[in-house]
Amino acid sequence: MSHGPCDACEELLQGYLDRELTDSEVGQAESHLDGCDYCRRRYRFEVSLRQYVQTTAVERMPVGLMEKLTQLRTEQ
Amino acid sequence: MVGEAEPEIEGRRIAAEARDRVRFEEEALALADQVYRVARRLVGTREEAEDLVQDTYGRAFRSWRSYTPGTNLRAWLLRILTNLNLDRGRKVQRTPDMLPIEEGDYYLANKMAESQGEQVLDQDRVVEKLSQDSIVTALSSLPHDFRDTVVLVDIGEFSYADAAQILDIPIGTVMSRLHRGRRLLKQQLAEETIG
Repeated sequence: MSHGPCDACEELLQGYLDRELTDSEVGQAESHLDGCDYCRRRYRFEVSLRQYVQTTAVERMPVGLMEKLTQLRTEQ
Repeated sequence: MVGEAEPEIEGRRIAAEARDRVRFEEEALALADQVYRVARRLVGTREEAEDLVQDTYGRAFRSWRSYTPGTNLRAWLLRILTNLNLDRGRKVQRTPDMLPIEEGDYYLANKMAESQGEQVLDQDRVVEKLSQDSIVTALSSLPHDFRDTVVLVDIGEFSYADAAQILDIPIGTVMSRLHRGRRLLKQQLAEETIG
């Protein structure tokens, strides 16, 4: 399958999700996404993937580390 | 009389500095959990992450005077941390010519659609088909330069500009490492999950 405008959308999507595109690029991405099921599915997929990676990758600080850091403070 | 005023001024200066220092330490400690989250994904094990965070706070507490109040303290701490991590020597580094051929941003979604049908992408929880272990493994296997950027932006939620400052690289380099790093991540997830 060949997707000319979809290739352009694929290129813009990461910057779009990062909110780092120019206004005209945002317009280009959004007008394509409005009319393209193929890209809209992939856009939604990218949104959930980011969320999922972030939740999965976050590990809370081990118990006891805060106390060690506080000790560094008083030792100085 | 002039001579008697000086110790008093000096005393006030010392007291003011002590207050600034205490405030700095408290603000820095309040960010420890967020600093740890980033550290944990930059290195391979929990122990290394703990060591790295302790070294970071040790250095931060010693050099607190070089922090400008009102600027981004979390970014300041992460800059110390990423420098210390570099200093520790990253012995095993894949060279760029060993990187796999780069696929596009849709690669993972396309692979899932190919193996399970396009409609799979309409499922709300489609990403949960990827195991949590595979995500952690894929992140940790990214080449260091790419991993630093992906972790700072996607886990640490830093802007491109903050990441550029922390890593001391141009913003354009942040963008290219981020985009390539994310593509590699998706490629690895596709290989692990779908084969």
